[in-house]
Amino acid sequence: MNTLACIKRVPETGAKIVLTDDNQAIDTTSLGFTISPHEECGVEEAVQLAEETGGTATVLTLGSPEADEQLRTGIAMGADEAIHLETDGEQWGPRATASAIAEGIEAADESFDLLFFGNESADQENYQVGVRVAHTLGLPIVTGIKNVEIDGDTVVAEREISGGTEVFELPIPAVLTVKEGLNSPRYPSMRSKMQARRAEVATATPERSEANDVEMIELETPERDDSPAEVLGEGPEAAEDVVAVLEELEVI
Amino acid sequence: MSEKSVPQQAHTVIIGAGIVGTSLAYHLADQGRDDIVLVDKGPFPDPGGSTGHASNFVFPIENNKEMALTTQEAMRQYKSEDLYTTSGGIEVARTEDRLDEFERQLDSAAAWGNEAEIISPAEVKEKVPYINEDLVTGGFWEPNAGVVDPLRFGEIKRKAAESMGALQSFANTEVTNIQTENGEVTTVVTDRGSIDCEEVVIAAGLWSPKFAKMAGTEIPLTPAVHQLISVGPIDELEETGEEVGYPIVRDVDTQMYERPSGNDMEVGSYEHRPILWDVEDVPSNEEAALSPTQPPLTEDAFEPSMEHALELMPDVLGDAEIRHAIDGLLSVTPDGMPVVGPLRDVDGLWSCAAIWIKEAPAFAKYTAQWMTRGYPDVDLHQSDVNRFDGYGTSKAFVENRANEGFQKIYDIVHPAEQWQSSRPLRQSGFYDRQADLGAEFFESAGWERPQWFESNADLLETYADEIESLERPYEWDNRWWSEIILAEHLHMRDNVGMIGDMGFGIFDLVGDDVEAFTQKMAVGRTDVPVGKSVYTPILDPSGGFRSDLTMVRLADDAYRVITGGGEVGPDKRWFRNHMDDMDVRLIDKTSALGTLGVWGPNARDLVDSVAEEDMSDEAFPAYTAQEVTIGEVDAWAFRVSYVGELGWELYAPMEQAGRLWDVIYEAGEEYDVRPVGMGVYGTTGRMEKGYRLYGHELELEYNAAEAGLTFHGVKDADFIGKEAYAEAIEEENAATLCTLSVTDHESSDGVRRFPLGHQPILSPEGEILEDEEGRRSYVTSAGTAPSLGKHLLMAYLPQEYAEEGQDLQVSYMGDTYPVTVERVGSKPLFDPENERIFS
Repeated sequence: MNTLACIKRVPETGAKIVLTDDNQAIDTTSLGFTISPHEECGVEEAVQLAEETGGTATVLTLGSPEADEQLRTGIAMGADEAIHLETDGEQWGPRATASAIAEGIEAADESFDLLFFGNESADQENYQVGVRVAHTLGLPIVTGIKNVEIDGDTVVAEREISGGTEVFELPIPAVLTVKEGLNSPRYPSMRSKMQARRAEVATATPERSEANDVEMIELETPERDDSPAEVLGEGPEAAEDVVAVLEELEVI
Repeated sequence: MSEKSVPQQAHTVIIGAGIVGTSLAYHLADQGRDDIVLVDKGPFPDPGGSTGHASNFVFPIENNKEMALTTQEAMRQYKSEDLYTTSGGIEVARTEDRLDEFERQLDSAAAWGNEAEIISPAEVKEKVPYINEDLVTGGFWEPNAGVVDPLRFGEIKRKAAESMGALQSFANTEVTNIQTENGEVTTVVTDRGSIDCEEVVIAAGLWSPKFAKMAGTEIPLTPAVHQLISVGPIDELEETGEEVGYPIVRDVDTQMYERPSGNDMEVGSYEHRPILWDVEDVPSNEEAALSPTQPPLTEDAFEPSMEHALELMPDVLGDAEIRHAIDGLLSVTPDGMPVVGPLRDVDGLWSCAAIWIKEAPAFAKYTAQWMTRGYPDVDLHQSDVNRFDGYGTSKAFVENRANEGFQKIYDIVHPAEQWQSSRPLRQSGFYDRQADLGAEFFESAGWERPQWFESNADLLETYADEIESLERPYEWDNRWWSEIILAEHLHMRDNVGMIGDMGFGIFDLVGDDVEAFTQKMAVGRTDVPVGKSVYTPILDPSGGFRSDLTMVRLADDAYRVITGGGEVGPDKRWFRNHMDDMDVRLIDKTSALGTLGVWGPNARDLVDSVAEEDMSDEAFPAYTAQEVTIGEVDAWAFRVSYVGELGWELYAPMEQAGRLWDVIYEAGEEYDVRPVGMGVYGTTGRMEKGYRLYGHELELEYNAAEAGLTFHGVKDADFIGKEAYAEAIEEENAATLCTLSVTDHESSDGVRRFPLGHQPILSPEGEILEDEEGRRSYVTSAGTAPSLGKHLLMAYLPQEYAEEGQDLQVSYMGDTYPVTVERVGSKPLFDPENERIFS
């Protein structure tokens, strides 16, 4: 079984997010970048299934030349191939993104049995790239998946809902958008990191679709609770300090 | 928890609650400060600075005495809180050069009292079974190496100071300004209120420059990346069940280390390209994903390190997962040493920064002593924050040197190795002339100073017989050295040489109270007539050396102070801090005056031929100064010599220095005047004359009597350190500074070797000499004395060995060499009656 995991390079932010002066992007001057956590699970699942079935796992991204770093992380996590749909680094809307990814998938040397997307990206959270790609490719899709089993020519996917679980059966090939908790993504090892640095990445430069797309007007940072937290201590020794604070607050 | 406001007043405010700030709070409290406030913008116990991501291991062996002693003291403190886990540590060599370096480290270990052993690759393998011993040429085993818990230590110390009632601590409190008035610190402004205070310590690690700037001054350091990853789980480590199951390995030839931590291995690197940060770009605690000082790993920079780690420990590192990977930010200074002490230009403002975990509690203790009683137990002059005064505090300089120095962290650094970046920075008025004459420039305190001149190579033939036995066939001994130095020396002693600029620090003291002030500062009597000079120790209250310098009386109300170029910052601060209400002003002339030394038997004839004044001994006696005119140049001439010859230091306005050079050089043709380098001035000439050098022979650990500098006796006037000084004269010395010569240079390999300094002195039986105060004897300075045909060493020897003719040994890079005591005390070996100087 050949699998594909689509990933996105996103900034690794702390508790407080700083925006650029024009409120159009996150100020990443002092930040690192990572793969959205949902997508890390997608990569792990893609790799595991390929390993179990003797197929190949491919990682794909649409993004700036720097997103190569995330593709190589995917390779270090066990993916066999990588496809980079290179852009100038501008944020593309979900429609343009999905259209370019669908084309990239169709143009790939391999055909994929299962295609994994994150349920939503960690930065833009449009919740629709996976759905749009599935639609374009004419494949069945379920979203928000936290468990995946293969049963012959079908995939059984489970979604957690309040008070229970929804179970879906889809004919393969299919698209799944997955959520954190699906599995525990592996950390790359030093050796796999080294190998990944030397791996080849297939690169294409897609045209950005001119079609109407979701347009981001401006980013806003949410109100934050800035009240400070202080660790008073650990274990029984902390009890005295805790009591002192409770007394100060006049709750005892 | 409620929003605590900071108190409106405190005696001391410490900014930064990492290992340095918390330890300092404790030591200040312990030494009597009872009104301290500690603030940090981050939470306790890990406010987000470098302490929180350090790898926390301690290798006690250092070639640098200051670092060796502070590491030992820090280990004592960690051990007393039971927070030191001894694991042992091995530096592994991949090259033959490194094995030589290990021999040098063994000397350092012996000199400063540490245990170490050189071991074979097989022994390395025995101690660290997962190492690829095929890559290893040998190991340097430090049995006392270990790991510490600095966060816990800091927490304990902070709580201790709090429970003494001396400290209030405020986490999540950001300092937004440090206010000063009339050059004095007055208030620390925070986001929880302002604190009026007497003194402020910036112990804020890589944020320190930001706070110094708020107060209108500079702390020269830059944040730099130290890459660190943690990989695991590793079965071999898991099975030990220990926090550090195997010795820590420093793969020094690749600038890396591998440190077991539970079932993980921490792999750290100083090998990667230097990555410096601007302090303004370091994110806040809230903005940072992990911590402000733990940005994510720059992967491509770490690639070579990964390869090196993998090849050294393939079995355990290959498949273990990378669980943590950071560009750990730490503080790097222009010369790699900490920046500690009172800042020169803002009274009440102190720096205690750029300190590794392994020395931090010690620097905290000594800084606290310095703050509370005026001097630390251990000499910290190499870490003095003011040592870059006048040249080395710019951002460009700090960054250039940090970039260069970063690559030397585990490197083999020759004691005379020169910096390459930010040069030339300070050029005297002689620079172009010297460059034309093939000067080999060394840098000191930013000044470009010729060490020797290639144009003097012809003298090698003239003095071939004298030099032959003093040539250095071994590359290490010969590195950053030339036998031309010896030839220049001999030529100067026979004819005349010109040396300039010496890169002195020069400042004038002016005011109605200047005589009383200089009397208070100096051991020597300064109530001398105008034109007379005083060479004098400057002591701290304990009688240890703060400096040694020369004062010349310029007028009833003016003195000129001449000191070392690197010492001028600390000296100016020391003088300024003792002015109290006296009418004295300090005017720095360092960059205003170019200094040309003209010395040798023909110096008078030469200078006289171009001077308008009478330069005879009667008209211009030794150790006096006068205004003169040399050719067109009005200069100030001072008849003194650090090389033990007749002659003058000629001080000219910097813009006329070049002309002064030309006048002397042209007139000197008749006498075959030669340009002579600092190799003669600083070493060969000085050693023959037994002149002591601050920072080498003269430091806080030894008193004036031991240094043989009590020729002033005890004057009537009070001065700083008088009591201790008088006592030192009364008491019998525990050790005395002696000059020794090497009597046989041949190594066990049959190569003639020349010790370069800092090696231990051994008894004839091979025991390391140690005086009754526990101070070991080591070579404080080493230098060849061509006029004596000997290689000389200076060392403090215990009284029972301080006897002329006493045979001893010196250890040097794997062998011992016989030495004999030539001189006890300061009487020169060359021209002991100073006839040349007085001629």
